[in-house]
Amino acid sequence: MKFALLVNEGPFTHQASDSAYRFAKAALDKGHQVMRVFFYYDGVNNANKLSSPQADDRNLVKLWSELATKNKIDLVVCVAAGLRRGIKPDVLAEGFRISGLGQLIEAGIAADRLVTFGD
Amino acid sequence: MSEEAEFDTQGVVKKFLFLNRKAPYGTIYALEILESVLIAAAFEQDISVAFVDDGVFQIKKGQDTKEVGMKNFSPTYRALAGYDIEKLYVERESMEARGLKEDDFLVKVQVIGRDELASLIDAQDVVITG
Repeated sequence: MKFALLVNEGPFTHQASDSAYRFAKAALDKGHQVMRVFFYYDGVNNANKLSSPQADDRNLVKLWSELATKNKIDLVVCVAAGLRRGIKPDVLAEGFRISGLGQLIEAGIAADRLVTFGD
Repeated sequence: MSEEAEFDTQGVVKKFLFLNRKAPYGTIYALEILESVLIAAAFEQDISVAFVDDGVFQIKKGQDTKEVGMKNFSPTYRALAGYDIEKLYVERESMEARGLKEDDFLVKVQVIGRDELASLIDAQDVVITG
C-alpha cells in the first residue's frame, strides 16, 4: 500500500511525531511504501537541526533524517507554517525540504491512505 | 534537501473532508487548517468542511479580536464559496452544547447530527484535521 503521513505536532510535547516515525518504520518493514511525510502546524519543528535532546533520549529530528535518507522518503515541511516558527533553509535537517501546502493535497490524492498524527 | 517525489495526480478527484475542531483563537489550528482548505481548492477536489467541538466558534458572526491582538481571519470563510467550497457542515451537538443557533454563523452551513457526521467522515477518501 502507498501511505502518505501528516505530522501535526512537534517533537517531545506530543507523541504524534514518535507515533508517525514508528508507523513509517513498521510500514516499510512490512513492504509498504511511504511516499511522503508532510509536516504541518508545530510539526515543522521536527525538521529543526538545532534540536539537541539529552544524549540518553531519542533524537526525533535525527531519526527522521536517517529514515528518509535510507529509504528515500520525501519529507516536506510546510513553508508558511515553517516561516512562522523560524524553520528556514539554514536550520533544516538533512533529508527534509521546504515546500507548499499543495504537496499535502497532492499526497492525499496520490496515496492510498493519508494517515494523520496529531493531537 | 531531499529528492522531491513526483506523483501523477492528473484527473484524479478525491473526496476531502477538513475537520475543524478548535476554537478560532488561542491556538493556530483554525487559521492553518483554513490555509490548507484554500490550497486544496486549487486542486479541484471534492471538498467538504465540517465544524465540530469548539470549531463551531470559527464561523460565529461578529468576531472582534482587537483586544487580544490576533488577526481576525473570519472574513476568509465567506470567501470559500468563491472557491467552489460550498459543502460546509456544523455538528448539531457541538452547536447546541455551546448555545449557538444556525443563524449565528457567518456562512451558510448544513447542520447535521453526530451520526450523520460519522457517515460523512466514513464516505471520504481523505480526512484532514486541525
